[in-house]
Amino acid sequence: MSVDMRTYLGHVELANPVVTAAGCAGSGAELAQFFDLGRIGALTTRSITMAPRAGRPTPRMAETPSGLLNAVGLQGPGVDAFLARELPWLAQRNIRTVVSIGGGTVAEYTALARRLNDAPGVTAVEVNLSCPNIEDRGRVFARDGAASAEVIASVRAVMRYDVPVVAKLSPDTADIVTVARACVDGGADALSMINNPLGMSIDTETMLPSLAAGTGGLSGPAVRPLAVRCVWQVRAALPTVPIIGMGGVLTGRDAFEFILAGACAVAVGTALFNDPYACLRILRELEELVAARGYTRLADVIGLAHRPPGATTRHRTDFEESSL
Amino acid sequence: MRETPVTPVQVTGTVLTTRQVDAYHALTVVAPGIVERFRPGHFVGVAVGGPHTSMLTRRAFSIHDVKPDYGGTVEFVFAVNGPGTAWLAGRRARDTLDLVGPLGRPFPLPRDPVNCVMVGGEYGSAMLFAVADALQQRGCRVDFVLGAASADRVFGAMRARRMGESTTLTTEDGSLGMRGRVTDVLPGVIADVRADVVYACGPMETLRGVTAVAVEFDIPVQVAVEERMACGIGVCMTCVLPVIGDDGVTRMVRSCVEGPVFRGERVRFDDVGTIPFDALGAPGGGSRNVG
Repeated sequence: MSVDMRTYLGHVELANPVVTAAGCAGSGAELAQFFDLGRIGALTTRSITMAPRAGRPTPRMAETPSGLLNAVGLQGPGVDAFLARELPWLAQRNIRTVVSIGGGTVAEYTALARRLNDAPGVTAVEVNLSCPNIEDRGRVFARDGAASAEVIASVRAVMRYDVPVVAKLSPDTADIVTVARACVDGGADALSMINNPLGMSIDTETMLPSLAAGTGGLSGPAVRPLAVRCVWQVRAALPTVPIIGMGGVLTGRDAFEFILAGACAVAVGTALFNDPYACLRILRELEELVAARGYTRLADVIGLAHRPPGATTRHRTDFEESSL
Repeated sequence: MRETPVTPVQVTGTVLTTRQVDAYHALTVVAPGIVERFRPGHFVGVAVGGPHTSMLTRRAFSIHDVKPDYGGTVEFVFAVNGPGTAWLAGRRARDTLDLVGPLGRPFPLPRDPVNCVMVGGEYGSAMLFAVADALQQRGCRVDFVLGAASADRVFGAMRARRMGESTTLTTEDGSLGMRGRVTDVLPGVIADVRADVVYACGPMETLRGVTAVAVEFDIPVQVAVEERMACGIGVCMTCVLPVIGDDGVTRMVRSCVEGPVFRGERVRFDDVGTIPFDALGAPGGGSRNVG
C-alpha cells in the first residue's frame, strides 16, 4: 500500500514532507553526488546574505553527546554569487528550493527578498530570524516577537505573492508561541522550527571553550524533545499554520514524531553530516510507518497527537461510510 | 594540473584485518566501489559508534593503501585520541564499518619523471606511500623524510626504506634517526637529491615548516592538510582554512572538497584558525574585494 506523501507549504505543493535544513546541504551539488535531489520535498539553502561572508574562525564544530555544537557564522558567497551560480544550478535541475535569507537589519532582509523576487526557481523563502540585529545592540531578531514580525512583514511586502514566506523560529525565547503568532500576524505563510538553541562546551585538555566563537548552536537528537515541544505548542495555538519541524531527525520515526506533533514537513540537518543518504532513508521509513498505522495519506496524520486521549483515530473510510 | 573530483560512494564494509603499528592502529576494510575510484591523496569518512551511537560526525582518515583482494580493500591508519577513535580501535575482523569515499582532491602528479621528496609527520606519512608508488610508476625518483616526536610515532619507516632512493628519519627525542624535526633535515635532502617537488602530509605545524623550506628552494610543494571535519563531503563548513586562490583573493575554503591537497604556498598557515582581515567576506571590509 503506497502512501500519498504530498504536503503543502501554504499553497505550494511538495511531493513529500522531507526537506533539508538550512545550512546543512551546502549548495546542493555536494549531496547531488549521492542521490537525485528531485526525490526529496525541497532543498533548503544555507542562509544567503547580501555580502559574501567568511564566517567564524575554526574550530567551528564540537561533538557533544547525541549532538553537535556549531558556530559556522553563515559562511556563504553572498547573494550575487548565489543568484549567478548556485540558484540557477538548482533551477536547471528542477529541484524545489527553499531559499534561506539572513541579515543584520530589516532593510537587509528586504533587499534580499527584492533580489530573490526576479530569480526563477525559488519555491519559498525562509527567513532566518536568528541573526543579531545590528540596530538593537546585536539582540537576535527571533528573541522578540515585534522585531521578528517587522522583518517578516517587510519581506512579505516585497516578495512575490506566489512565493510563501517561512519564518524560522528559535527556541531561545521566553515564549515561542508569542513569536510565532507575531510572525503569522506579520504575514508569515508558514513557520519552521527550531533553529539551533545556543550551547557551549569546554575542552578540559586546553581548559578553553571548544569552539573558537565560544558558544555555538546545538543540533542533533539532543535537541529533539525541545523541538517537538515547540512544534506541539505552536500547532496547538495556531492549528492552521503550516509548520516545518526540525531538530535531530535521524530516522523515519523521528520525522513521524514531528508530523504527529503538527508539522506538515520535516527538515533533516545534522543527520546529513553522518549519512549523505539520510533524506531518502528517512522518507522511506516515514512512509512505511504511516502505512503500517493504516493510513494512505500523510495529510491524515499531521497533528494527530493533538486528538483528545481516548479518541479514536479517524480514517478516510469513516467519511465514505457516512450516510450523508 | 588539478584532477577532477570523483563521485564518492557509501559502503558498508567488513573489517578484514586490524593491526597495531607502534603507537597507531591500522584497519583494512573490504570496501568495493571505493577502491576503483581511489587516487593517492583521497580520504574516507568513517561512521563511528555503531547504529545507535551518540557520536554523530564521521571521522576522516586518509587512505593508506588499497588492494584488489576480496573485491577491493582500503587500509587507513589512525591514532586513538577520543571516544570515536577508541571505538574504531576496538573493531575486530568481520565487524562492519560504514565508509564514505573516496573523498577530497587527490595529489596532482607530474607528467615528467622528476625528483620528488615525500615528507611525512606523525602518521601523515601513511598516505604518502600510494603517492610514491604512483610517482615511481611514472619514473620519478622518490626520497623520504619521515619524522615524529618519538620512534614509536614514526609511521612506515621500513616501507620508506624499501621504496625510497634514500630515507631520512627524525625524532624529537632522538630515539630514531636524527634528533630534531623533518624541517631541520629537509633542506639538506632537497639539495642532495636536487628535488623538483615536495609532497607533504602531517600536522599543520609540520606543513607550515615544509612549505617554508620548499619556498626557499623555489620548488613546488603539495601538502595534504589534516583539518578536523564533521561530514567530509562539503556540507558542514567546519573544516575551512584560509587559502589564496588563482585570482589572489584569500577565501575560507573547505579542506574536504577543495582539499585536502593544496599547493603549500597558497595556504596561509600563519592564519589558520583565524579569519584573515583580507579574506573574502571577512568581518569589516573583506567583502570589498568583490567585483
